[in-house]
Amino acid sequence: MKDAKVIELEEVAIRFSGDSGDGMQLTGTLFSDTSALLGNDISTFPDYPSEIRAPQGTVGGVSGFQVQFGKKKITTPGDLAHVLVAMNPAAIKANAAFMNPGGTIIFDVDSFSEKNFEKAQFKTNDPFAELKLEDYVKIPVPITSMTKESLKDLELDNKSVLRCKNMFALGLICWMFDRPLDYIEGFIQKKFGKKPVIAEANLKVLHDGYNYGMNIQQATPQYIVHPAPIEKGIYRNVNGNLATAWGFVAAAEKAGLDLFIGSYPITPATDVLQALAERKDLGVKSFQAEDEIAGICTTIGAAFAGHLAVTSTSGPGFALKSEALGLSVMAELPIVVVNVQRGGPSTGLPTKTEQSDLLQTLYGRNGESPLVVIAASTPSDCFYYAYLSAKIALERMVPVVLLTDGFLGNGSEPWRVPTMDELPPITPRKATNPELFKPYLRDPETLAREWAVPGMEGYEHRIGGLEKNAAGAVSHDPENHHINTEIRAAKVEKVADMIPELELDGEPEGDLLVVGWGGTYGHMISSVRVMQEAGKKVSLAHFNYIKPLPKNTAEVFSKFKKIVVCELNLGQFASYLRDKVPGLHYYQVNKMKGLPFSVHELVENFEKILEA
Amino acid sequence: MTKFNYTAKDFKSAAEVRWCPGCGDYAIMNAVQKTMADMDIDHKDFAVISGIGCSSRFPYYMSTYGFHTIHGRATAIASGVKAANPDLTVWVITGDGDSLAIGGNHFIHLVRRNIDLNLILFNNKIYGLTKGQYSPTSDRGVITKTSPFGTIEDSFVPGQLVLGSRGTFFARSIDNNVKHTQEVLADAAQHKGTSVVEVLQNCVIFNDGIHDFVSDPKFRSERQIFLRKGQPMIFGEQEDKGLILENGRLKVVKIGENGITRDDILVHNPEEDNLGLQVALINMSLPEFPVAMGVIRSVEAPVYDQEMKKQIESVQAKRRVTCMDELLQSGNTWTVDGENCSEPVKFFNQKCFEN
Repeated sequence: MKDAKVIELEEVAIRFSGDSGDGMQLTGTLFSDTSALLGNDISTFPDYPSEIRAPQGTVGGVSGFQVQFGKKKITTPGDLAHVLVAMNPAAIKANAAFMNPGGTIIFDVDSFSEKNFEKAQFKTNDPFAELKLEDYVKIPVPITSMTKESLKDLELDNKSVLRCKNMFALGLICWMFDRPLDYIEGFIQKKFGKKPVIAEANLKVLHDGYNYGMNIQQATPQYIVHPAPIEKGIYRNVNGNLATAWGFVAAAEKAGLDLFIGSYPITPATDVLQALAERKDLGVKSFQAEDEIAGICTTIGAAFAGHLAVTSTSGPGFALKSEALGLSVMAELPIVVVNVQRGGPSTGLPTKTEQSDLLQTLYGRNGESPLVVIAASTPSDCFYYAYLSAKIALERMVPVVLLTDGFLGNGSEPWRVPTMDELPPITPRKATNPELFKPYLRDPETLAREWAVPGMEGYEHRIGGLEKNAAGAVSHDPENHHINTEIRAAKVEKVADMIPELELDGEPEGDLLVVGWGGTYGHMISSVRVMQEAGKKVSLAHFNYIKPLPKNTAEVFSKFKKIVVCELNLGQFASYLRDKVPGLHYYQVNKMKGLPFSVHELVENFEKILEA
Repeated sequence: MTKFNYTAKDFKSAAEVRWCPGCGDYAIMNAVQKTMADMDIDHKDFAVISGIGCSSRFPYYMSTYGFHTIHGRATAIASGVKAANPDLTVWVITGDGDSLAIGGNHFIHLVRRNIDLNLILFNNKIYGLTKGQYSPTSDRGVITKTSPFGTIEDSFVPGQLVLGSRGTFFARSIDNNVKHTQEVLADAAQHKGTSVVEVLQNCVIFNDGIHDFVSDPKFRSERQIFLRKGQPMIFGEQEDKGLILENGRLKVVKIGENGITRDDILVHNPEEDNLGLQVALINMSLPEFPVAMGVIRSVEAPVYDQEMKKQIESVQAKRRVTCMDELLQSGNTWTVDGENCSEPVKFFNQKCFEN
């Protein structure tokens, strides 16, 4: 029995923070995986600078990883951390604003030097006083010197020794939260299998960190967080980008097609391409293109050739793909474009999250160029919305844009993995009768044309970016262009027939309807629940289907006294709703900090709007 | 005996051909259609992809699968088509503006990857569809609508660009020599990898006669040299001139003068990886040299689409994961089966998704 102070919590958020070279992302990930394996529900949020190695010791170079885990459903990585692990003074400075009042700060006391205070631009030698953190539990741990001490018998160079520091911190945290080390040990052995000395060093430091926690237990609170009662099943930890990639693999298998991805590396979407490049075992063809334009163009080519074809990108790359996306609208080929949104405009905040590409996605092309827009809302549901995007594209012969964001793409959560038979069928609109085939002959219900691909006998035809008549001949006829423009728009609207109606979290009528879309879901639902628990008549309408909107949107909206649209931009969805569901007053909550909402700030805003 | 007995007619579509009367494109299309008929490949397996420009209307006039895409991107789109389905016979139709200006990046990367398709570069040294602006192959100083005082930039030599991009096949022909164009296209079609055929093409409206000095049939044998594998590099009305290397440079010599015999003349070997000589041949220009026609380079190298296929096959031969269900349950997973746990709900049921 441990005689340290034991704190039992429903949920706890830990933030690992250090220089971008300190291995904080790995530390956070290993801890999260360990917690998930233990049965906690988790939600993670990596927060890192766009420079791979920003100047050491500066606030700009701080890389953080926050994980929240608990014994109930966890929907956000937590607004504020209960525990901060800080590898240097800069990390304390960067994270002071994200600490739960009275929280615990574990810091590497060896890093408290004049030089590091200066680099972090502290004016005094007392960072805690300067940041007004006097009331916090501060646990100074000589992480650097203990790590050196621990490894003095191994013949390692100084650089390799210092690289093990993160394992000391991880061991200590594992003790504090009563996590077993076996998963982490397995990881280290696998990762450094070819470098046994490095593996040994990491393992030794990990254990020394754990034991250190035990030895200083009087000073260290220990937390207990029980497992969450969740759905039965097989679970894995997944981030949004991996889930997106796998959603496409699943869709291709279900549709009986090969999967092609043509893509170009771009933060924070690169992982989608990487994850698919790994799937040669399942026949995925991945094509790393010379640029974003070639990314989508090879994708269009593969769709023309009969593959489920996708491309992944982020805002600046999406801009480059605009013209080709217009071609896929005109040629009516089934492609899916994933936009993992980041802060913009221009290069903007490459590693930070934002929802500011919505209007670009809806309208950022020449001509009347409608397409289907879908947004995922949690890391794991990226799988399902990627799957669905492919289903819609293949069944309706229409390009689909799937919007995720940096928060979803990099954030992870445990996911009960489905089996393939849980997923709805996908029936590509392959042409079946060469006698009747015309390139732009449409299904009267869905307005989708048929898909005939090179190699299919008797269907030889030409398509292209020029306006065509139903037979596929180039047409400059004014009436034909007018009608086709309307048909392309109507075809997208018809997709509303195959998507579910808008469902509310909360009562179907009330004082305030909170409206959100995409990756903000976790924070939205948490804040709405806080309001509901306080007895407020507040409900949440969270949108995954942006274009077309669910059919019952206007009806749902009409049942509330006030509506507030919350988004990580200056009001793009709100302005779209003003156009599509007019005549209502839409309050707005907007944030442009490159960060997710916090539950706290949302609740505060909702209360103000209710009082207004 | 051929399998399909196609004629050029089998490759013509019903669409009315709308190039200007006298345009060099007609002759090139005839050559392509004859070449395709002779290839004896199933009609359904051809895909003709083009970008934007006069020549890019080409797919509409073909009865094969065709895709008229967007400016500069035919090469990228065709790359996707061929990578997706290596069994197709893919032809790219493009011009000097389409592939060397707006599509320059895709062009060099297509060539570098060595994707097995045939690209015909219609080089008329002008933007025709936009009515007469200079292009990346226009000569320095040329006066056009956008260079009323003459251009102040040098042009690309397409063959240089191809070889600089590690191209495996480059050939040149002229629109008014259909027989030779066809011969070159047949070689291009045979080649495994990216085959680039530059066809010097006349724009009757905006750059009429740009290639006349080279193409004039009356002086063809004096001003052009037809390079053929294993043949000496000989030209001239009397077949009395040839090329030799002197101090590392090409030189025109007269057979029978200064003790030069036919045996001294260079023998063309496009299959040899001899970039220096091949670039020198590409660079030859009048009046010092005849202009090189024919297959200048045709070397073997790994072909992207085949390599992609092979890589997938070799990974699959050793794979542990054979389907999506196995992938979903691979790696770090854990089972939740506690007493207080609920039964799983299908995501799409949860979301009321109608199948």
